[in-house]
Amino acid sequence: MSARPLSPGAKVRVRTGDPLTHCRTPRYLRGRQGTVVRALGRFANPEELAYHRPGLPALVLYQVAFEAREVWGERLTEPSYRIHADVFEHWLEPLPGEAEASS
Amino acid sequence: MRSDSPGGAAPVDADEIRPDSRRLEEALRGLLLERGVFTEVDLRRQIEATGARTPLLGARIVARAWADAGFRDALLAEARPALEQAFALDLEHTPEITVLENTAGVHHVVCCTLCSCYPRNILGVPPLWYKSREYRSRVVIEPRAVLAEFGTRIPPEREIRVVDSTADMRYMVIPLRPTGTDGWDEERLASLVTRDSLIGVAHAREPDAAPG
Repeated sequence: MSARPLSPGAKVRVRTGDPLTHCRTPRYLRGRQGTVVRALGRFANPEELAYHRPGLPALVLYQVAFEAREVWGERLTEPSYRIHADVFEHWLEPLPGEAEASS
Repeated sequence: MRSDSPGGAAPVDADEIRPDSRRLEEALRGLLLERGVFTEVDLRRQIEATGARTPLLGARIVARAWADAGFRDALLAEARPALEQAFALDLEHTPEITVLENTAGVHHVVCCTLCSCYPRNILGVPPLWYKSREYRSRVVIEPRAVLAEFGTRIPPEREIRVVDSTADMRYMVIPLRPTGTDGWDEERLASLVTRDSLIGVAHAREPDAAPG
């Protein structure tokens, strides 16, 4: 489960999937591409904690930046901006990109 | 303040507390008390402690950051130890917090699209609109329009960052320091910092508009 750490600048895609159980990955970001800003530390998995399980081993939580254009596409009515959201490592899929070499 | 819901954590429409949510909260609270997870006294103390935290503390934190570059740098690098040391706070069993600085180039605005995550350990209970479906769903797709409704204009060349607190990190904003405040002491500076500017839906007050 524990993947290689993602460095700031790494390109990632949020995994798709629609669990019926508790989940802290917002739907509007699933399947979207973003860039890691930084790792925020390790936290117990909320998908387990919600059901009174320990949620261990703790997972790395990443702050990820998304371009509004990438998130909303045609629905966007404003000049592009960035959305920063915090996503757990098991929801992130590394994409090939320039930042990979630094890890 | 919603007196019927001690945690006040459930996301709601501003004008609506759904009866089923209320019943769920009552049932859950009853079970937790019955099983001894916590006592009525613990619950009351927690409500009291949360109620004692207000945006005034946030205003003092921002004023210190504006006045003291060393504190600001420590705060931006790692907020919790900087806050514990400078303001004699015990934040050990409370959520992680990150402080974001608005600059001439970047404006941060904080939300929680999933529920109502908010730095309660610093600022207390969030405003009702922060928990509303309208704010939570709109600020991530049309932030400039939402900010304009708060009377906040962001020049087109300034980047907007909508910070969605989706997990274990809580966020507080340091607004831009208004011009014309050189040499002001911290108390005077703090009078310019409003709750909404700590969330990023408003700027700090301009000196002329400040009371006193």
